[in-house]
Amino acid sequence: MKEKTMAKVLSQREIAPRIYDLWLETDLAAQARPGQFIGVYPKNAATLLPRPISICEVDGDRTALRIVYRVAGQGTAEFSSLKENDGVYILGTLGNGFPLEEGRGKRCFLVGGGIGVPPILQLAKELEGEKSIVAGYRDSNLFLTEDFAKYGQVYVATEDGSRGTKGNVLDAIAENGLQADVLYACGPMPMLRAVKRYAAEQGIRAYISLEEHMACGVGACLGCVVKTRDTDAHSHVHNARICTDGPVFDAQEVDI
Amino acid sequence: MNTQVNIAGVTFKNPVMTGSGTFGSGMEYGEFVDLNRLGAVVTKGVANVPWPGNPTPRVAEVYGGMLNAIGLQNPGIDVFMERDIPFLKQYDTKIIVNVCGKTVEDYLEVVEKLGEESAVAMLEINVSCPNVKEGAIAFGQKADALYHITEQIKRKARQPVIMKLSPNVTDIGEMARAAEAAGADALSLINTLTGMKIDIHRRCFALANKTGGMSGPAIKPVAVRMVYQASHAVQIPVIGMGGIATGEDAIEFILAGATAVSVGAMNFVDPYATVKVIEGIEDYMRAYGVENITDLIGIVE
Repeated sequence: MKEKTMAKVLSQREIAPRIYDLWLETDLAAQARPGQFIGVYPKNAATLLPRPISICEVDGDRTALRIVYRVAGQGTAEFSSLKENDGVYILGTLGNGFPLEEGRGKRCFLVGGGIGVPPILQLAKELEGEKSIVAGYRDSNLFLTEDFAKYGQVYVATEDGSRGTKGNVLDAIAENGLQADVLYACGPMPMLRAVKRYAAEQGIRAYISLEEHMACGVGACLGCVVKTRDTDAHSHVHNARICTDGPVFDAQEVDI
Repeated sequence: MNTQVNIAGVTFKNPVMTGSGTFGSGMEYGEFVDLNRLGAVVTKGVANVPWPGNPTPRVAEVYGGMLNAIGLQNPGIDVFMERDIPFLKQYDTKIIVNVCGKTVEDYLEVVEKLGEESAVAMLEINVSCPNVKEGAIAFGQKADALYHITEQIKRKARQPVIMKLSPNVTDIGEMARAAEAAGADALSLINTLTGMKIDIHRRCFALANKTGGMSGPAIKPVAVRMVYQASHAVQIPVIGMGGIATGEDAIEFILAGATAVSVGAMNFVDPYATVKVIEGIEDYMRAYGVENITDLIGIVE
């Protein structure tokens, strides 16, 4: 059940330049699934809309959510100043999440790029399969890689070659001679396009998490659509709503 | 305390409706608010056939509001009547269907089909969407074009007709009078104000459509002014909207001359906004000892 509710800040720290790690105490943690997201509301009334931010992790008691986000504008800049015990309104939980059953017992790639890395963490925790976690970054300012080590083999790629494989996530897969039956990914659009192509070449299923500018986050405004191979259930026009039909899609079903 | 209002013979339990395009057909927000509480659900615009809408990005935030250029994506009247009307019929609220089209014939086809559905209380005709290349606003920016389409629709419509007016005109009073003269039963305004946002870092438009319709609290003073002007230009009831976030905002529109109000973009900000506006109106009426909400309509002169 979706709701807009006040969450309490448990902790926040900057874990890489402009990348913040925020733990929120909220009842919404009980229903959170990997790949879902929440809308986070700035207090400033000039910035009205909830910011869609993926759920990075759910704590063991399922009473707190972790989000890891990049400061990209006024709203996220405001969030970065949140301190322990502050209240913040959130809307959630939103979206469909990654399909865990598709990877159960199989060899899985869990691929994250940049600020698309965080939602891969809860997926890595919950997915029951043989996990190769491939995380791509711009430079040596890595984040979350240590958290991942508990849940699978971690491979890193950096654009500047300062850590791991020089290049992108597919370069890391190639350099390490990795293979999988199912692929899960979240990251920038060029990475997702490359991942989609790679999965098609390998003949494996790929589930990719998309993002788009959103207003409502709940499927009403039709702001965040993606072109789809099949007609969508809502408008029957090959335009799925990323916020509710996604954000995770079978890569072959979306035109990106 | 009586919050009932009457528009063209249709009685609404309270004056709070949903702004077309901000509430779908109620399914999504039904998870947050009890739709039975609402005076009416005004649906997303529906055309004779499915419309795919515009490319993305379709939405952008601006100071105190937002721009949208959805482009009236909708499933078309057939799916709408099979799916959305039966859904809304389950609730004790009035159904107002917003109708869009590229040509007069498109509108008439939808209006005729809706005429067969007695659960639809009223039609709202979208002649004011700024985000589609053909139709819509093309009928809403010239008084003679507005008169013509209103007259054609009134001939075919089985339900009372609300003409939804654009604020992107020189003289809103002239547009209001044209719609009234052609037989419109009510007016609703304002639709969004045409705006633009440029991403200075990427040096491109924030919206794929370049321009978009601005909504949200930032536009409220413009909307109040236009509701005042339109309601004083005509005898038919006016439904006011534009940035309504609270009961106080709704009261302001009613004092300006609105018989009812719609909550639009604020649904995106607060999914409970509609019910909060209803409660806020009731609080105001209690605080000032207002017996009938209709006693407040247009009393600020």
